[in-house]
Amino acid sequence: MNADGLNSTGENLLRELAPQILGAVVRRFGDFSKAEDAVQEALLAAAVQWPGEGVPDNPRGWLIHVAVRRMTDQLRAELARRRRETAVVTQSPPEQQVAPAPELPALHALGSTSTGVAADAADQDDTLILLFMCCHPALTRPSAIALTLRAVGGLTTAEIANAFLVPEATMAQRISRAKQRIKTSGVPFRMPMGSERDERLGAVLHVLYLIFNEGYASSIGPNLQRTDLSNEAIRLARTVHNVLPGDTEAAGLLALMLLTDARRPARTAPDGELIPLAAQDRRLWDRDAIAEGVALISQTLSKGAVGAYQLQAAIAAVHDEAARAEDTDWPQILALYGLLKRMSDNPMVTLNHAIAAAMVHGPPAGLDLLRALDADERMAGHYRLAAVRAHLLEMSGDSPAAIERYQAAAARTTSIPERNYLLTQAARLRERIGQM
Amino acid sequence: MKYMLMMHAPRAGWKDAGIGTWPQEDIKSHISFMLGFNKELTQAGEFVNAQGLALPEEARVVRAGRTGAPEVTDGPFPEAKEFLAGFWIIDCDSKERAYELAARVSAAPGKGGVPLNMPIEVREVMSAPPADL
Repeated sequence: MNADGLNSTGENLLRELAPQILGAVVRRFGDFSKAEDAVQEALLAAAVQWPGEGVPDNPRGWLIHVAVRRMTDQLRAELARRRRETAVVTQSPPEQQVAPAPELPALHALGSTSTGVAADAADQDDTLILLFMCCHPALTRPSAIALTLRAVGGLTTAEIANAFLVPEATMAQRISRAKQRIKTSGVPFRMPMGSERDERLGAVLHVLYLIFNEGYASSIGPNLQRTDLSNEAIRLARTVHNVLPGDTEAAGLLALMLLTDARRPARTAPDGELIPLAAQDRRLWDRDAIAEGVALISQTLSKGAVGAYQLQAAIAAVHDEAARAEDTDWPQILALYGLLKRMSDNPMVTLNHAIAAAMVHGPPAGLDLLRALDADERMAGHYRLAAVRAHLLEMSGDSPAAIERYQAAAARTTSIPERNYLLTQAARLRERIGQM
Repeated sequence: MKYMLMMHAPRAGWKDAGIGTWPQEDIKSHISFMLGFNKELTQAGEFVNAQGLALPEEARVVRAGRTGAPEVTDGPFPEAKEFLAGFWIIDCDSKERAYELAARVSAAPGKGGVPLNMPIEVREVMSAPPADL
């Protein structure tokens, strides 16, 4: 909310309540798009009024009350407008007339007496249903990300715009078009069933993963404030895990985020320079996050239904558990990438598999595996392939070829810190072989 | 007044003549100069936007074909000797101030710390029409 005066406890309360309020209002009125606007206004009203007047005894009831009032005002205005237009409508043939949406029954009492954030089962379902809606496959990924952050994360449009470095009006439009899309595709506000549910949950986890990566990858140098996106992704992944404690991939994703984010303090130098895993000062890693992530992934893996997020989390855990880079259990990482590769046809996995193979069996083994990617049009010409090949060529002692690949990678990357890193690697090797 | 400062770099041989041939330390000083420059602009209240662009290997020129479909060729324009490496948009009091800032960035350190004296194109950003137009 970021309102002047509302402390972080109040802000967390609002963010936590946001999806519950929205769920309640959508159930009552059935119009997701309008309900979302009304809830956003209620949240803003709270951010303005609570610091002065104090947090009400029943914050949940207060917010629902305000949102419902906004919603009723809107509907009343619309009804008046519709009445004015009736003359026109009655002249249309009946099949072109749009039936008004049937009023949805209020499944749980609005403004119920429950206080605080103690969410009941229906609230938890609502949060999950909202996530399913916001991450619906009919939406483009950027739209799903923006809508999720606003409707479920309770962020303001301005905050989301700021996180993605686009003007606020652009982000407002993106969100409004996403809501329109949901409306026209007729996504019902209810839990998907059976195999559709699994598929849709996959889409939700993927959107959260993208939000995390956006924050993590850009949390460098001048963009330091964007780290909030990673925290937000972790918070949402934690929500999904709490609602679905038995889902091993949701648990795996949360563990993966915690174990990756734990290294953030060591990932960049104060001047924004990128520090690779092997060179990081591991004393800076967040021990609490690592402990939580390791406990979570160990517990989850023992349940048996192993998926891609769990395997990535397991790999992150192996890295995090090594006190020094040279203590890393590479044979275990190699085995985990082997499993991951069998599970998904993702060229990034092949890249990392090649690195692990080089660490265990020597650089020629890794370079052999990379050759398969030259024919893969998703990867041939990608800077990551050139960068990994440069690294393995350097390991094998072929400095001139490594320099050439580092430079090719620098020419293709679109990340400034990454380009700086690659140029510096090439320069370091040129100095080593005295080619200046 | 808003100005766009466009930084041009020689197109030919960045690998054998440009930043691709500098020692590590020189690359680092160049980077920290740029970071410092942006920070200074922000602190002065003159920073609007700044972006570095990917190297020309990835540049493409697009024209609409007969049907309106994109016709894509490798860019930048073949006759260009330089390419746009990045730009700033600044909001400052005068043209003189914009020139001063352009000169600062032009003198970014290169190989051996020698100022690069890159050409910086300075263009005023046009404003919205006056209210009574």
